[in-house]
Amino acid sequence: MTENEHSVGTGLSNNKLLMWVFLGSECLLFGGLISTYLIYRSRFADGPAPGDIFDIPFTSVSSFVLLMSSLTMVLALSALQRGDYRNNRLWLLTTALLGALFIGGQVYEFTTFLREGLGYTTSPFSSAFFTLTGFHGVHVSIGIVMLMSLYVSSMRGNLRRESAETVEIVGLYWHFVDVVWIFIFTVIYLVPSPTS
Amino acid sequence: MTQTLEPEVGEMSKDQKHQPLGVYTRPKGGNGWRDWVTTVDHKKIGILYGAAALFFFLIGGIEALLIRLQLATPDGTVLGADMYNQMFTMHGVTMVFLVIMPLAAAFANYLLPLQIGARDVAFPRLNALSFWIFLAGGLFLNTAWIFGDAPDGGWFGYAPNTGIVFSPGNGMDFYAIGLQITGIASLISAMNLIVTVLNMRAPGMTLFKMPVFTWMILVVQFLLAFAVPVITVALFLLMFDRNFGSHFFNPEMGADPLLWQHLFWIFGHPEVYILILPSFGIISEVIPTFSRKPIFGYPFMVFSGIAIGFMGWGVWAHHMFVSGIGPISVAAFSLSTMFIAVPTGVKILNWMATMWGGKILFNTPMLFAAGVVSMFTIGGLSGVTHSVAPADTQQTDTYYIVAHFHYVIFGGALLGIFAGFYFWWPKVFGYLLGEKLGKLNFWLMIIGFNLTFGPMHILGLQGMSRRIHSYSPGFGFEFWNLVETVGSFIIGIGVLLFLINIYTSAKKAKGQPPVGPDPWDARSLEWITPNPTPVHNFDEVPVVEELDEFWHRKYGKDENGKVIRVASAEEVCQDGSATDVHLPSPSYWPLVLALGFPFIGYGLIYNLWFCVPGGIMILMSIYAWAFEPPDDPEEGHGEEQHENTLDGETEEVSVD
Amino acid sequence: MTNTDNEKIESPSDAEEEHEHPSDRKYIQIAIILGVITALEVATYFFEDMPGEILIPLLMVMMVIKFFYVAAWFMHLRFDSQVFTKFFVGGLVLATVVYVIALTMFEFWNKG
Repeated sequence: MTENEHSVGTGLSNNKLLMWVFLGSECLLFGGLISTYLIYRSRFADGPAPGDIFDIPFTSVSSFVLLMSSLTMVLALSALQRGDYRNNRLWLLTTALLGALFIGGQVYEFTTFLREGLGYTTSPFSSAFFTLTGFHGVHVSIGIVMLMSLYVSSMRGNLRRESAETVEIVGLYWHFVDVVWIFIFTVIYLVPSPTS
Repeated sequence: MTQTLEPEVGEMSKDQKHQPLGVYTRPKGGNGWRDWVTTVDHKKIGILYGAAALFFFLIGGIEALLIRLQLATPDGTVLGADMYNQMFTMHGVTMVFLVIMPLAAAFANYLLPLQIGARDVAFPRLNALSFWIFLAGGLFLNTAWIFGDAPDGGWFGYAPNTGIVFSPGNGMDFYAIGLQITGIASLISAMNLIVTVLNMRAPGMTLFKMPVFTWMILVVQFLLAFAVPVITVALFLLMFDRNFGSHFFNPEMGADPLLWQHLFWIFGHPEVYILILPSFGIISEVIPTFSRKPIFGYPFMVFSGIAIGFMGWGVWAHHMFVSGIGPISVAAFSLSTMFIAVPTGVKILNWMATMWGGKILFNTPMLFAAGVVSMFTIGGLSGVTHSVAPADTQQTDTYYIVAHFHYVIFGGALLGIFAGFYFWWPKVFGYLLGEKLGKLNFWLMIIGFNLTFGPMHILGLQGMSRRIHSYSPGFGFEFWNLVETVGSFIIGIGVLLFLINIYTSAKKAKGQPPVGPDPWDARSLEWITPNPTPVHNFDEVPVVEELDEFWHRKYGKDENGKVIRVASAEEVCQDGSATDVHLPSPSYWPLVLALGFPFIGYGLIYNLWFCVPGGIMILMSIYAWAFEPPDDPEEGHGEEQHENTLDGETEEVSVD
Repeated sequence: MTNTDNEKIESPSDAEEEHEHPSDRKYIQIAIILGVITALEVATYFFEDMPGEILIPLLMVMMVIKFFYVAAWFMHLRFDSQVFTKFFVGGLVLATVVYVIALTMFEFWNKG
């Protein structure tokens, strides 16, 4: 305690601070991609327009899946903090599965668009759309890999209560990716898009 | 991601006394290259950054001389038009991304932990990783010369000019991917240093007792953390356009060519301050030391730096006054650009007020620092002339602009970095650089610099266009162009003298004991450690009570309030003899991980299969990194020749 | 730059050490709220006649609420140090301001 009186650091974990700085910086990355999309959403050349092609009910379901994966993520952390390793693993796996389900939905959406004539090179709109959602998808996939690594590490008995912070940090990343999708879902899908 | 976040504790060892050049020897790891490639010591990484950046500096300098040779006479034939395009593009890219930024990183890495009283940065392995990724990216970019064509679209790479239609060669691919790689390095090091400053300060060192250099580096890291993602977006879009046929910059499909310009300059203008603020920080250390006065208006210095950091985000479109952004945008950005001159002016006034009435010693570092204040003021003033949009319309794409940004980046950033070299050389290597050669180096550089870039103001206003490989006789351009070429070679001789100075000073110092503590009667905490800095930095982490803590330990006031010396440097400085300090263990994985990136880069350009080994290397390294034991209990530490003692101050390195 | 007033930040006290996280029940409540808002958002899709001047602000408000709930509860910003919030909000605000200006220059708001 006497040591602390002199201490001037934030007293916060280095790792968590690093993750938050990273997430702050990611805002600029996704901001750039989203702005690019917004500028180009009405420039669909001769290809399909966003308003014609988006399948709102389908995307709503996959958005809901991703949203709920945030719940399971936070439950995984909370289980680990209690020392409940069984439930921790269960929720980690559920989160990864929900993430995978979301990615599966994205693959389905992309292939459907492709069949309907919206390829990556069809128009500035299509390039911007696939790039934005693709970047997000890659972020989700990296999250799934991290979750599975945590799961395996827990199976081998290496993920103890003391390392709950590692799960918390992966969780921060996961929730951030979810929050980005909350933004994308509203601004890109729900706000009425131009039609041809 | 988390795999890279494991806490890092460990230990390393060292006996560095009386070794002027090799500051570091790690008997366990051997004396040689293996020690350097696995190091996680912030000081060694700083030296590596410096050495790599100086290497690229020579390349960029040779490119500059070739440009000047081509332009020495009308209708020059030294370089063809195509080669000229590659030359000026690579000169710009190299000097900005591979010289000034890493040189700033060199100083930041070496000095920042010392200035805040820390034993290392928050994430030593990530620190090594940023260096190796930077080096991998820089070398990757320069291999474009070997593979046929270098980038030729300017350092700003305006799309669609840099798209596949107008730049069909591979040059711009190297640009897009190479800068992507160095961007990752900058981002990692920015996050690392931010955490370091926030969490690793010595007891008592509140934010407003930090040296101005540390402050400026902190501001720069925030700028990097937020600006790098923006150019990352731009470079990705360009890469997708070129390699996968997307239409981000294809006007035929309805794309907007201004998109690139916006994204690039949203990054590009903060980047300008990323280049200059470290140098501002360096001379804010040098000027008080050699004026024998504390820095004038410390809080103003800090806040103006922060203000520049903020305002730097609101002026980007002044690079686009002639791009057709509309009168309202032009007016708004014109105003904001004029305002940003205010905090910069505050800094210049504060430096002058620091010198005012001081007992100024014109040692080489001080000469360079004074050079920054004067030359940067010229560059700043010509910058204000750009903010006036009608005038800028005349100046755009002429040599007037070239004059301006060389006055701020050469006259401001680079001269400041040279001030830093001369100032901190004894701290890093244990010997002083020769004053005689140093002064000659300064005068040649400053004369050559003004001969080279001063006349560009005139040529620009006379209408000579930049980025054009030749000019016809009869426009009145001949005389000044010749003068500029002569000037550029004078700069070249100046830089050569710097290298000779290093060589002769090192030779003279060989076999001599290292320079005593505190050769400059300096003010900040890094000088409490002996020269060169021992591997563990501080024998005992100092408790800080004052701004300029080191100076306050040497000086006090007598009963009349007069400043008197109360302690000699020898009494104040530590002797570097501590042996019981835990330091982070070296690691192979930063290097291996970084080597994966060029593979992916070549893969994207030539054959996607090359990406596979690159990806495997990266993935494997991340897992190896995560599972590598953070601490090696077998490894000794402290001074190798002495008894192995364990434990002691582990907490000092592993925060929390 | 979000940290200029960091000096105020105290070292961790013992109380902070074991800052209590909300119960699982609370997390589930939050998730239900999020789910309901999402349902409301999606519901707007079926009211095709709703004019954009009402619809878009409505969607934005719901989006911000969802964003806020996830950041505050699931990402623990409510309970954690202010420093984290500052970094995140710093990046968020900077991104918003810079890109809104950029979109304005593309005349996005009047041309879409």
